[in-house]
Amino acid sequence: MAEFTESLFSIFFIETLMNGLLLGGILALLSIGLNLIFGVIDVVWICYAEIIMVGMYLIFYLNNDLGFHIIPSMIAGILFSGLVGWLTHKIVISRLIDAAPINQLIATGGLLFFFQGAAMIVFGIEFRNMGMSLGSLALSEDIYLSWTRLLSFAISGVIVVGLYFFLSKSYLGAAIRAISQDKEIMSLMGVDTKKLYLLTSAIGGALAGLAACLLVLQYDVHPFIGLSFGPITFIICVMGGLGNMVGGFVAAFIFSELITIGGYFAEIEWGYVLAFVFFIVMMFIRPEGLFARKS
Amino acid sequence: MLDVSSLNAGYGSFQALFDININVNAGEAVAVIGPNGAGKTTLMRAISGLIPVNDGKIHMEGTDVIRTPSHDIVKLGIAHVPEHRRLFPRMSVEDNLRMGAFSPQFRANFQNRLNFVYSLFPKMQERRNQYAGTMSGGEQQMCAIGRALMSDPKILLMDEPSAGLAPVIVQQVFELIKKIKNEGLTVLIVEQNVKQVLKVVDRAYIIEAGSLKMEGTSAELLNSKEVQKAYLGM
Repeated sequence: MAEFTESLFSIFFIETLMNGLLLGGILALLSIGLNLIFGVIDVVWICYAEIIMVGMYLIFYLNNDLGFHIIPSMIAGILFSGLVGWLTHKIVISRLIDAAPINQLIATGGLLFFFQGAAMIVFGIEFRNMGMSLGSLALSEDIYLSWTRLLSFAISGVIVVGLYFFLSKSYLGAAIRAISQDKEIMSLMGVDTKKLYLLTSAIGGALAGLAACLLVLQYDVHPFIGLSFGPITFIICVMGGLGNMVGGFVAAFIFSELITIGGYFAEIEWGYVLAFVFFIVMMFIRPEGLFARKS
Repeated sequence: MLDVSSLNAGYGSFQALFDININVNAGEAVAVIGPNGAGKTTLMRAISGLIPVNDGKIHMEGTDVIRTPSHDIVKLGIAHVPEHRRLFPRMSVEDNLRMGAFSPQFRANFQNRLNFVYSLFPKMQERRNQYAGTMSGGEQQMCAIGRALMSDPKILLMDEPSAGLAPVIVQQVFELIKKIKNEGLTVLIVEQNVKQVLKVVDRAYIIEAGSLKMEGTSAELLNSKEVQKAYLGM
C-alpha cells in the first residue's frame, strides 16, 4: 500500500497526468468533426478516421515524396480532407439522407473499406514515417512533454474555442445548431438545407485534415491507421452523447486520463482496456451518454 | 396578392387536395376552416413548397411559385408559422428570431425587425435569453409568430395557431392575430376553432375532404345555417 501511495505522489505520475491531458487534446479534436457531422446531419461517418488517414497520406506524399515544405503540405491536407468530406456527402450521404440509419451506417462503413483499399493500391501496406521530431520540452529534470503533443493540445484548444464562438455567435453557426433541432422548418427560414449539409461535411472533413496534420507528426502512416483511433473517436462521441460537442470534449479527457493512468500502473494496453471497460459500464448506467439532455 | 387555382396536391400517391381555388387580397385576413384531415395543413405546406404540387397554380403577386424551392419562398414575402409552432427548443428566443431573418437580404434589417417584434410582443423581449422550449404554449406561439415576422413578410401563413393550447391561451392567441391584422399585414390562417377565427378574419373558405365546400365573408358564414350546424354547434 505504501508503495502505491508513493507512486501516486511520484513525479512520473504527474508527468502521466499531463500526458493524459495532452492526449485528451488530440482525442477532443478527433471527436469534434464526427460530432459536428452527427449533430447537424444525423449521420454517423464510420469512415471518419479513414478521412484522417487519407489526409495523413497526402501530407506525407507532398512533403516526403514531392519535397514540399511541411506547412503548405499540411494546408493542402486540410483542404483535400475538406473536399473528401464534401464529396462523401455529395456522392453518398445526400442520396441516403432519408434512408434508415442502418443503410447510412453500411454505406459509410463501405467507404471505410474503399479508403483503406485505395490507400493500399496507391501506397502499399508499408508503414511510412515522416522522420520528423519536434523534440521535447523539459519542465524539470524528470518531466518531459513532447512538443508535438503540446502543439496538438494548443491547436485543439484553439479549434474548440473557435468552433464554440462560431456556433454561438454567427448566423451560420446558429443555423447549424438550429438545423439539428428541426430540419424541415429551416427551409421555411430561407435556409437551403442541402447547401448547409455540404458545408458542414466540408468543415467536418477539414477538421479530419487538421487532425491528420497533428497525427502525421507522431504516428507512422499506413492504410489501417484509421482503425487505431476510429473506434475510440466514435466511443468518445457516444460517451459524450452523440452530437453533444461539450460532452464529447469532456469525454475525450476522461478517456485519455484513463488510458495514460492505466499505462502508468501497468502497460499502455491495459490503459485501453481500462478505458473501454469504463465505457461499457457507463453504457449500462447512462446509455444516452454522460451529458445527455433530459428530454 | 396570393392566388391558388385548381390546386391538386398530396403525399405520394395519396391525394389530399382536389381542385382548390382560393385567393387573398392585400391587407385581408382570410381563414381556411374545416375538420381534422380536411387538407388544410397540406394547403399551407403546398404554398410554402414543403410538398410538391401535382397540378394547379400558385401565384404570389403574379409570380408562379409552384416550382420554387421552399427556402426561396420566404424571400418572395411569404412567411409560414407552422403547425405546432416548431420552434428550435434548445435555442434562445432571440436566436429563434434571428433564424427568421436568416436570408442575407433580411439580415441588414435584423435590428429593426427585432425591435418591431419586441414592441408587438414585449414578453418576448423579457424572455429573449430563455430557451424557447421552456416557455408556455402561448409564449411559444408568440415566438413562432415573431420569428415569421422577422423577414418582414407581405403575407403571413398561420397553421392552426390555437392547436394544443389551453382555452385561456387560445383567447390570447386570437388577440395576437387581431393585433397583427391591425398592423396591416395580410394573413392566411388555417383553424379548427371556427367560432373564434371568424370573429377575427374578413373572409373564409371551408374545405372538407380536400375539396372546397363554401366560401364567404365572416358575417355570411356566421349566419349560415349549414355552418352553424356543422361548426358552431348551434
